[in-house]
Amino acid sequence: MTGNVSGTFRVKRGLAEMMKGGVIMDVVTPEQARIAEDAGACAVMALERVPADIRRDGGVARMSDPEMIEGIKAAVSIPVMAKARIGHFVEAQILQSLGVDFVDESEVLTPADETHHIDKFGFDVPFVCGATNLGEALRRISEGAAMIRSKGEAGTGNIVEAVRHLRNIIGDMRKITQADSAELFEWAKRLQAPLPLVQEIAETGWLPVPLFCAGGIATPADAALAMQLGAEAVFVGSGIFKSDDPAPRAKAIVEATTHFRDPEILAKVSRGLGAPMTGIGMDEINQRYAERGW
Amino acid sequence: MNATFDRSKLTVGVLALQGAFSAHEHALRRVGVSTRQVRLPRDLDGVDGLAMPGGESTTMSQLLDSSGLFDEVSRRLESGLPVLGTCAGVILLASAVLDGRSDQKSFGALPVTVRRNAYGRQIDSFETDLDVTGLDQSFTAVFIRAPIIESLHGDVEILARHDNLPVAVAHRNVVGVTFHPELTDDFRIHGLFVDLIVNSLETNRR
Repeated sequence: MTGNVSGTFRVKRGLAEMMKGGVIMDVVTPEQARIAEDAGACAVMALERVPADIRRDGGVARMSDPEMIEGIKAAVSIPVMAKARIGHFVEAQILQSLGVDFVDESEVLTPADETHHIDKFGFDVPFVCGATNLGEALRRISEGAAMIRSKGEAGTGNIVEAVRHLRNIIGDMRKITQADSAELFEWAKRLQAPLPLVQEIAETGWLPVPLFCAGGIATPADAALAMQLGAEAVFVGSGIFKSDDPAPRAKAIVEATTHFRDPEILAKVSRGLGAPMTGIGMDEINQRYAERGW
Repeated sequence: MNATFDRSKLTVGVLALQGAFSAHEHALRRVGVSTRQVRLPRDLDGVDGLAMPGGESTTMSQLLDSSGLFDEVSRRLESGLPVLGTCAGVILLASAVLDGRSDQKSFGALPVTVRRNAYGRQIDSFETDLDVTGLDQSFTAVFIRAPIIESLHGDVEILARHDNLPVAVAHRNVVGVTFHPELTDDFRIHGLFVDLIVNSLETNRR
């Protein structure tokens, strides 16, 4: 290799690796971004409305205003992520040109393409994509995603869907490590996923990129649950800034994500945080964001 | 290297507050030592060395404080515990940090001044081949939102340079690398670190 080579898959995946064990927080203003950084966030997601507000307002949700993203970039020294609509490669081009550190091709925004996701190999900026099951995760990786997050159900403050999706993804990986070589063809067919990626899981027991959890985390215990189930880091969207007292809750979720196997520390950091976001049951919502993406 | 030491009996701690700690564990196991994740002071008991991974230095700085690890790691550094810091790990070890947060704490065990995120944003991250002191063949170095070592203060050995800037340095038992040797399948730098641990144990035994 001569000289510097940027935008390789290793360089993109590398940043995902650096975020392991951390908390990525949704923020809508520079001030919130500073609160997140003060609390120990390992990155922030810059967006105009947190998912709970997108859900309440309805209408078409799009990429955020570049000016707003620039403001958040200027406010903090940690990595800044931003969301593009599924399949909207021009929004992704704009986010890359803004120097965003990670693009989330996100089902929380209204999809721009109901058949195709973005060809993420065509970008130097790394992408994270959501998944509800292993097949979806592997299709996103085959398109170039450098990180997978379980989708959960954003904006609900309800962890039930995140648990379902993590158990789907990780449970199937466990089964694949038990399969013989002939059964792997059937797994690839059933998952609608590329065979080489299925074979890689059989060998390593894990995805070729980090697996994080998103969608519904509202408490330190929720974050630790996701981590104990096997997530390698967590995204918290509405859960922090839709709660009564965001700063201490943010810090408590950071502590809980690090010390996720230590019930005494979890009990300590869970104390006196004020009310979490109210949250909604799955039978109360009419639009499931997790169903977006294919 | 010294053959009298059974490397599989060595335990290297990996600071596991946040960041690429699992990749370091993998690399260290591949060079023949046991590893232990370090999140609390008690996790340091009996470790022969410590790796500080890449990740977010501001996050780790806060968690070092709240966990009580900061003072305990400081004590071990003073008593000569061998430590390998990569990327954010170098920032934690440095004696001076530029472009950090005002409340960010460092151990000051490596007499260098580092600047955070000095290459720019993620799209400016890169990989390149480097010559490293102690390795016969070049090493593929992955730089992720890396810091730059801007100046050295005192007795610091430069192990590798890139664009004329030091990117791997050593001072006594502390090694600082601004890139990510844990992100490739080439574990030679972790091997050199384990050599350092073995040498330091041998020296103490004599």
